[in-house]
Amino acid sequence: MSIDSAPTASATALDATSGAATRRDILHRLLMTLGPILAALVIAGFILLAVGVDPLAYYGYVLEKGLFSPLGIQQTLTRMAPLLFLAAGLIVAFRAGMWNLGGDGQFLLGAVTAAASAPMLVEILPAWPALICSFLIAMVVAMIWSLVPALLRAYQGVNEIITTLMMTFLGTSLANVLVKLVFRDPATTVPQTRTLPVEDRLPRLFDTTVTSGLLLGLAAIVIVHLVMTRTAFGLKLRIVGANPRAAVHAGLGVPGLTIAVFAISAGLAGLAGAVDIIGVQGNVRADWNPAYGLAVIPAVFLARMNGFAAIGFVFLLSVLSIGGESAARRLGVPNHFTLVLVSIVLIVLALAEYIDHRYNQSRKA
Amino acid sequence: MSGSSSSSVAGRDIVALEGVTKRFPGIVANDSVDLSIRPGEVHVLLGENGAGKSTLIGMLSGLQQPDEGRILVDGKPTPITSPRHALALGIGTVFQHMMLVPTLTVAENLLLGGPWWQRPRSEELETRVAEITSSLGITVKLHAKVSELSLGEQQQVEILRAMVRNSRLLILDESTSMLTPKGIEELGALMRRLVEQGLAIVFITHKLKEAAAFGDRISVLKLGRKVGEIPPERFRALGEQEIISEIVELMFGKQKDDPEAAQRPTRTIRADAVPLLQVADLSVAPTENAPGLSSISFDIRPGEILGIAGIDGNGQKQLAEALAGQRAATRGSVRLEGTAIDALSVGERRKRGLRYLTDDRLGEGTVGTFPVSINFFLKQVGAAPFWRSGVEQRAEIDRHAAELVREYDVRTPSLKTPVARLSGGNIQKVLLARELAEGAKVVIFNKPTYGLDLANTLASRQRIRDTAARGLAVLLISTDLEELLVMCDRVAVIANGAVVGTVENTDDARTRIGRLMIGLAA
Repeated sequence: MSIDSAPTASATALDATSGAATRRDILHRLLMTLGPILAALVIAGFILLAVGVDPLAYYGYVLEKGLFSPLGIQQTLTRMAPLLFLAAGLIVAFRAGMWNLGGDGQFLLGAVTAAASAPMLVEILPAWPALICSFLIAMVVAMIWSLVPALLRAYQGVNEIITTLMMTFLGTSLANVLVKLVFRDPATTVPQTRTLPVEDRLPRLFDTTVTSGLLLGLAAIVIVHLVMTRTAFGLKLRIVGANPRAAVHAGLGVPGLTIAVFAISAGLAGLAGAVDIIGVQGNVRADWNPAYGLAVIPAVFLARMNGFAAIGFVFLLSVLSIGGESAARRLGVPNHFTLVLVSIVLIVLALAEYIDHRYNQSRKA
Repeated sequence: MSGSSSSSVAGRDIVALEGVTKRFPGIVANDSVDLSIRPGEVHVLLGENGAGKSTLIGMLSGLQQPDEGRILVDGKPTPITSPRHALALGIGTVFQHMMLVPTLTVAENLLLGGPWWQRPRSEELETRVAEITSSLGITVKLHAKVSELSLGEQQQVEILRAMVRNSRLLILDESTSMLTPKGIEELGALMRRLVEQGLAIVFITHKLKEAAAFGDRISVLKLGRKVGEIPPERFRALGEQEIISEIVELMFGKQKDDPEAAQRPTRTIRADAVPLLQVADLSVAPTENAPGLSSISFDIRPGEILGIAGIDGNGQKQLAEALAGQRAATRGSVRLEGTAIDALSVGERRKRGLRYLTDDRLGEGTVGTFPVSINFFLKQVGAAPFWRSGVEQRAEIDRHAAELVREYDVRTPSLKTPVARLSGGNIQKVLLARELAEGAKVVIFNKPTYGLDLANTLASRQRIRDTAARGLAVLLISTDLEELLVMCDRVAVIANGAVVGTVENTDDARTRIGRLMIGLAA
């Protein structure tokens, strides 16, 4: 799962044969991505057989509910909205070589502040400005939450994997405390925030139940992709990610860029929380934690930090999670079997990458 | 151990290298090196950092395989395939950095590496250790934790470990670098006793005094090649001072195959010209693994090449980084065209015309996975015309990159090729093109020809001369004395982070610089 392996494969291009080489390259990449996924489906199938479930029935239900039923596909697309924001945030961080694994804490804090602010703001402001303010508040809160790991990494060199993971536990707990103690809706008995009326939420697309947050998510990830690949700012972040010493040598302000990366990544995670609340949920119940942040990481890896590929993989992840829930219910498989499936995909993918690398090495030698 | 080989000093080679060559991407680390290692001898391998000592050790201890040539063990060609194989052949290595487990006791460390299915044989070990230590006259606390031992004691444990494993050849890699003067003396005495027992020792160092004091035979490595050997007969005939001066001659003396060796620059620099770069009292605090700088001062006038000579690791890199703004100075001032630039960042200094061509081409000079085209403009990210309002102008970048590729003769399959795929010489051309781009006024070249082949070396030197001819001020840092003598107008010698002397490049510059480099007054 090495990041730097991505560009090396695309480098075989020679001037004369570059067209053919690029095509071969894309083919190779497709094979290296889809092959392991198919292999993982087969392996997971054997596990299902071992626990006495018909794998074909399981996959059938997943596809039927997640992809082919009208209601299911609408749920799948709705689920994509927050996942796309999270994926966009991860792409920024991973490309800059920073492992923001605190997405869940940032997501929940964004969700809680959006849930707390939106119902109040719609009472005093017109609908759109109110929702925009609420989005901004969620974003800023998540950004502030990322400041501790960002400053520690930028000025003290403290490993951000550890700090962001620790901050995510704190963030999840803080979000719960806020729901139970500060933003609790006095009108209900269950601890939850005030509910945003359905008519004030983000509009649905056409006559479906699909939230328009999906479009915001798509826009976010496409913008992030373009910024990372086409702009000077994105290039600076990629230099920091690919070779931090070269960044210093080239005169880039690495600490400042580090803080910017964390702020953008966390801000997008906060927006993910807000879009899920303002678009779909309407409120936050205590102890609610969908753990999207960690679930998205494999999808971003499979896409190799490419925004467009990430859209595809996030879609696949949504199908799996919506369809998996239903298939699990119908066949008596634990609900978390989707996680097993995703982890098998990752392990097989890592193995495939390793074998491919060894093969290339031996061919060169 | 003691009985396993006779103490006939005149014995055959235990291990011999024949024409061994090892290449790494972009550089030749060892170039057809011959070496004979005999029982009863301390064979000193002498050379600066980057001379190829570590690679040679890597091949002897089974970590690396030679690309060409062969290694003979007991007269038979034997590929040493792994460290385990090396041990089985009786080749034990004590590496520069300690390889003991600090939380385990000495005895436990010595028992590591035994077959996993057997109980460790501690009694056997104790008798064996007692045997060895009494014959060598050292004491080792078997039940002390390694972390409680001094570095010198740890080193004895490592040597002991090699002995317990029946080594016939002991390789000591820069073993004195972390020892106190007393520890160094003890190590010398211990080596003497070991060779008296019939062992062969390869002792790697870059300190001349140690080589002369402890060696029986000295081989000098320079830029991957063996440039000379002092056999035991000669060694015994010479006094210490004579040996040192002979080594200096080998290390810094004239190289026969440098085609420019005879030339000297014929530039005339107007003595009254205002210096472009003025450095006064520049100091940098030392860090854990790098020396600091103490009050360095010099001026460079337009069109002048000032050389910095010195044995590698004496603060050259720190000087370059402090000038470029990558390293904070604790004191002193740097003036560019008369304006103080101490408070400016790396990027601002570059914009004003101060360019730094790093010696670490892949480590910090380039982003290896990025295309050649982007690496040309790595220090201008965001600047027009390559970026407009922050958006990359791919066509503009490619057009300029193509021009630079042509102008600097960069051999690359395409502009999109990741720069790490190019040879060292071509990567250097990319860096030259980048640093000499318009607006340059003062250029710092750090080891600009290190690891390059002859053609690229000559091309790079010509670029540097052209740079000076355009009226720029050049600071040329090099460990190759030859290069400094053919390029520079003046040469400052750096040792332990201080300039110990500055020499005009006249006829006797070679000897004067050489003497300064090893700590003698010019």
